[in-house]
Amino acid sequence: MGFLAFIIRRLFLLVPILLGVTLLTFVVSHVIVPNPVLVWVGTRHPSPQQVAAITAQYHLDDPLYTQYAYYLVDLVTGNWGTSPVTNQPVLKLIGTYFPATFELTIAALLISVAIGIPLGVLSAVWNGKKLDYPIRLLYLSGVGSPPFLLALVFQLVFSYYLRILPSSGRLSPTLLPPTHITGMYTVDSLLTGNWVDLVDSVRHLILPATALALLTFAIITRITRSSMLETMNKDFVRTARSKGLPKRSVTFRHVLRNALSSTVTVIGLAVQFLLTGTVVIEYIFFWPGIGLYAAQSILALDFPSIMGVTVLFTLIVVLTNLVTDFAYGVIDPTVRLQ
Amino acid sequence: MQEEEQEQKKNPKTEAKEARSYKPSVFRESGRILYSHVRRNPFYLLAVGFVIAYLVYSALAALFPQITGFDPNALNLNVALHPPSLAYPFGTDNLGRNLLNRVMAGAPIDAAIALIIVSFSFLFGALTGSIAGYYGGLVDEIIMRITDIFLAFPGIILALAIAAALGPGLLNAVLALSVVWWPIYTRLARGETLSVNSNQFILAARASGLPRSKIVTRHIIPNVIAPMIAYATTDVGNVIILFSVLGYLGLGAQPPLVDVGRLVYDGQNFIQSAPWYPIIPGIVIFVIVISFALVGDLIRDMLDPHWRI
Repeated sequence: MGFLAFIIRRLFLLVPILLGVTLLTFVVSHVIVPNPVLVWVGTRHPSPQQVAAITAQYHLDDPLYTQYAYYLVDLVTGNWGTSPVTNQPVLKLIGTYFPATFELTIAALLISVAIGIPLGVLSAVWNGKKLDYPIRLLYLSGVGSPPFLLALVFQLVFSYYLRILPSSGRLSPTLLPPTHITGMYTVDSLLTGNWVDLVDSVRHLILPATALALLTFAIITRITRSSMLETMNKDFVRTARSKGLPKRSVTFRHVLRNALSSTVTVIGLAVQFLLTGTVVIEYIFFWPGIGLYAAQSILALDFPSIMGVTVLFTLIVVLTNLVTDFAYGVIDPTVRLQ
Repeated sequence: MQEEEQEQKKNPKTEAKEARSYKPSVFRESGRILYSHVRRNPFYLLAVGFVIAYLVYSALAALFPQITGFDPNALNLNVALHPPSLAYPFGTDNLGRNLLNRVMAGAPIDAAIALIIVSFSFLFGALTGSIAGYYGGLVDEIIMRITDIFLAFPGIILALAIAAALGPGLLNAVLALSVVWWPIYTRLARGETLSVNSNQFILAARASGLPRSKIVTRHIIPNVIAPMIAYATTDVGNVIILFSVLGYLGLGAQPPLVDVGRLVYDGQNFIQSAPWYPIIPGIVIFVIVISFALVGDLIRDMLDPHWRI
């Protein structure tokens, strides 16, 4: 089957998933809520006018299937509701917060790949030996730490005791943000040649990105380790060894290169972990992104915002999975036939 | 005569003893695996001990609340933000409440929540997954497509949204977590079912005319459950992390109950002057999670036949 047909088939599979996902968020936001008007209006004791306005805005008097139709139309046309806390449209707020989260997540993804793959390789090469155990412990600590613990310990050690990195924010308050191009401070300051801002925004990025990465690298380590172990038993590896190639060259040139193709498949899962991690990490480091917005909305029970973030994160996860599917189809042609 | 009788009496006993000692026992093998792990890494022993102690304590605290004999909400402003000492091993909070007492009061809730969520997901997942895997076809399609939709969600976010929709509270947190937790178990059980299904004894059961529903309940499910147990043990820790995040954001146990995650939230404003306040409850969660992960590791190796050779 050609690559185009593969892409088209995957895109078709996306339709039922998207419908199902929106149906589920609809059920959460319109059906299981004990009193939808109170939740959407955002105050305990709304005036009758407020109730009428909210009921009309979200079509709460219509039968459920009509409500779902309106819900879908609203989602597609960008009417994601209004935050009762800030009185701003949810989609506009998401747009303001998104670049910061994108910057943080990409940085964390790079760090977790940089930690995860070498550790996976070492752990596979040392499989069952004594040195494998410290790696397993390190990896368990990444898996076992609640997100807030890691963030608070980082803040305490690096910002308050050692005083080498800032504890919160994206930029020192004395500096002006770089000219807005992408909204990501590191990229913007690099593009405009604003070196002071670049250094400062990178310094602000290090702690939250590393904390986020430590929560995630374990997935990458695990898949790298297991696919390395699997590849080591393959015939071509034995051939390479029996040709007399040095062990290091076999490990890196033959085993790792083939094992990495399955590491690509977990990038989607890693992104899912990173996004959910941002809720707590951004809150503690006061990183003004979607995660901080989500945490503040939850603490204030700002329901339209919570649902907006839920839909956004789910869309990102679905799309990342689609892209990794495509990437895997490029790397490994046999996938296209399944 | 007497001697003969005695011999006759003795023989069957010793034979039985010998037979028992030669029979490969699951417990002995498990003991050997435990020993080999512990020799390499003593943390495994600590983890097993800690998990048992934690579960026993939680069960006792739930059944006989009076045995704990302390009030976790007792105030004493004279000792506000007291650092860890002999009298206050975990220190005190800004209202002088003993943090050890507060953690001890909150920790059993985490155990209860985690056990409820994991057991529900385990049972529901084992049932739906084995049905999907065994019957195949349309049933499989329907069950797995629904599961896929739930799996497409980032779990924490969906749980937070549901808990927020239902309102803060312990029961709502349980509902929210249950909704997001089962899909992985369904997928796991389906995969295991497909591999069990290809075995000869299923073919034999089918050939002997056993009805399909009985094959699922008598043969498939028992064989699917074993590998799922190891995963479920590790997973207790994952539930506790997610529940602590719910608690941290105010969607967990509400006062006068103590939520360990919420302790971290309340304490983080004092991180510079009283770092023990947010950090120690966080470390307690960490230790619980790691212990369950290590015990899960052990159980996996005990159930995995490769380790028995």
